[in-house]
Amino acid sequence: MTRRTGGLGYLLLAPAALWLVLFFVVPFYSLVATSLFDPAGSDFRGYEMTYHWQNYTDAVQEYWRPMLRSLWYGALATFFCLILGYVLAYAIAFKAGRWKNLMLVLVIAPFFTSFLVRTLSWKLILADDGWIVDTLQTLHLLGEDGRLLVTPFAVVMGLTYNFLPFMVLPLYASIDKIDHRLIEAAGDLYANPVVGFFKVTWPLSLPGVISGTLLTFIPASGDYINAQLLGGPNQRMVGGVIQSLFTDANDYPTAAALSVIMMVGIVAMVLVYVRRAGTEELL
Amino acid sequence: MPSESSGRRGGVSRRTLLKGGGVVAFGGLSLAALQLPFFEVQGAQQDPKLCTAPDVSAEEMQLIISNWPGYIDPRKNPNGTFQTFQTQTGITVAYSDDVNDNAEFYAKVRNQLGACEPIDRDMIMLTDWMAARMIGLGWIQPLDKANVPNLHANLIEPLRGRQWDLDLEFHAPWQSGLTGIAYNAGKTGEVRSFEELITREDLKGRITLLSEMRDTMAFMLRIVGANPDKFTDAEWENAIDRLQQVVSAGQVRAFTGNEYMQDLAAGNIVACEAWSGDVIQLQLDNPDIKFVVPEEGLSLWSDNMIVPNLATHQANAEQWINYYYDPAVAAKLAAWVNYICPVEGAREEMEKIDPSLAENPLIFPDEEMLASTFDFMPLDDQQQVRYEGDWSDVTGG
Repeated sequence: MTRRTGGLGYLLLAPAALWLVLFFVVPFYSLVATSLFDPAGSDFRGYEMTYHWQNYTDAVQEYWRPMLRSLWYGALATFFCLILGYVLAYAIAFKAGRWKNLMLVLVIAPFFTSFLVRTLSWKLILADDGWIVDTLQTLHLLGEDGRLLVTPFAVVMGLTYNFLPFMVLPLYASIDKIDHRLIEAAGDLYANPVVGFFKVTWPLSLPGVISGTLLTFIPASGDYINAQLLGGPNQRMVGGVIQSLFTDANDYPTAAALSVIMMVGIVAMVLVYVRRAGTEELL
Repeated sequence: MPSESSGRRGGVSRRTLLKGGGVVAFGGLSLAALQLPFFEVQGAQQDPKLCTAPDVSAEEMQLIISNWPGYIDPRKNPNGTFQTFQTQTGITVAYSDDVNDNAEFYAKVRNQLGACEPIDRDMIMLTDWMAARMIGLGWIQPLDKANVPNLHANLIEPLRGRQWDLDLEFHAPWQSGLTGIAYNAGKTGEVRSFEELITREDLKGRITLLSEMRDTMAFMLRIVGANPDKFTDAEWENAIDRLQQVVSAGQVRAFTGNEYMQDLAAGNIVACEAWSGDVIQLQLDNPDIKFVVPEEGLSLWSDNMIVPNLATHQANAEQWINYYYDPAVAAKLAAWVNYICPVEGAREEMEKIDPSLAENPLIFPDEEMLASTFDFMPLDDQQQVRYEGDWSDVTGG
């Protein structure tokens, strides 16, 4: 590549860079600034910048539980999405034949309904007097007083359901690209289907796995609608805490500190993950 | 770096350059952060005397109102209170039901009102504590007493003399309500007190409490023997600790707004802290749903009409207030919304519309009921942040 075209490259980069500065760097800067405000401020008096780093330690001390819970629920949901999504994407890519496009549309179809409506519907489906709970109680899988709503199960299930398409689509894109002849070659070399899968299909689908898990984990751990609608006070996630600190308590510094901690934490985890997985090309 | 770049002919790869650029940009920003302004947040306090707009009510016969959903009789009905107001006065009312939550509405208008900029509304309806807070912030215009004679003449006694606006200088209650307990008599025995609600073993995980801090904490304060009208930090600590125990024990299924109505109807919960008007509406479908005045007392609240700074049709807003404080109009409205009617004399008018509603103590409470009501003390800004912070720690928001 010659130097001459280099200039053009950076020029082409400019719109994206501008977008990033306007909609990420500036708000993030403001968020970090807010997190260092004097916590004694209020809407009446305003907030002063006092570099109050203690906001961070206070936030961690007070809210480490919902933070860990968010990461845990996010990880669980990502895991279940991966299992379900892989099977589905594999079936669509290799086995669906002429139904391929229809199945892809069906994967995306839930997006035509609002996120809130879909989550609220689960509230009806899992209701204490609903048929699912009734059936489980008849089968003695659930105690007489047992319930599904307001349990970690309901929250993780809601997350899995809501973020599944984000897992399926990148997985499908990478599985679909795999050259069938490689799998045949594995068979020719006496690999049984299981070995063939782990030696050929799985490694070749890794880019899809990585981007799928990222696209699922990041929003899932930041989500709070599922925890709010399907969970109870003992299932709250950090997003809900931040929201109530901002709108109800008007405690902007702590809310901002929590947001920064979550953001930096997740970015760090993602970097380590991508390094480990060896697909730096994604970054 | 590993051998990645060793194969290249001198120079730097684009990726390295971009990475370097990123590092430099980040470093630069961090440095700049020490110099640049901080987006400091100014205090939001305003002076309602200075932050005004000329009143164009006479030239523009308009009025822009924001209210809670379902809080007025059908607006299309030509004989309804709304259409009648428009024909009587010649004022065109732009009415939207875009108030869903006090805190949310506050967040929506904070930046404008806090900087003395218009929110393009002439009247908003907010609950006592939020109205009190906005009045305290100087965001609300005083009403001209001469324009609202009906308000001063007809407001019921228990709603007068609120600590945050003793002489009705800034606010006029739109509708009032009681916070108490609702339970499903088909599924559980009577729940007589708030204490029972939060301790009874058979209700474990099958009750909800309200997510409005003042509603729930007023009862918690009563339970620990404090007075919500005037309590100390230590009493607050006691009350919030008590609530924490109750939540940790799994007694409370959720802290909700109006959603408790669906849960109660669907059988997910059998009892809950509830607002009186909601319960009347639920009873229409399910007569098993009962409303109880808890032994701890009753909390009486209002949603209030207030005129924000820079409203341009204040005189029209005052006409509206005066109109709705006419007992006949108030009775018509109350017959539809089923909340407590704040207007004296509306009960007699209600006899003509629907005698059964006139007898309903949840719309026209008797003296005895009103004797046990309490109010939540006004909080200063520090208390507000601290108490709401404690509250959100316990409830999870």
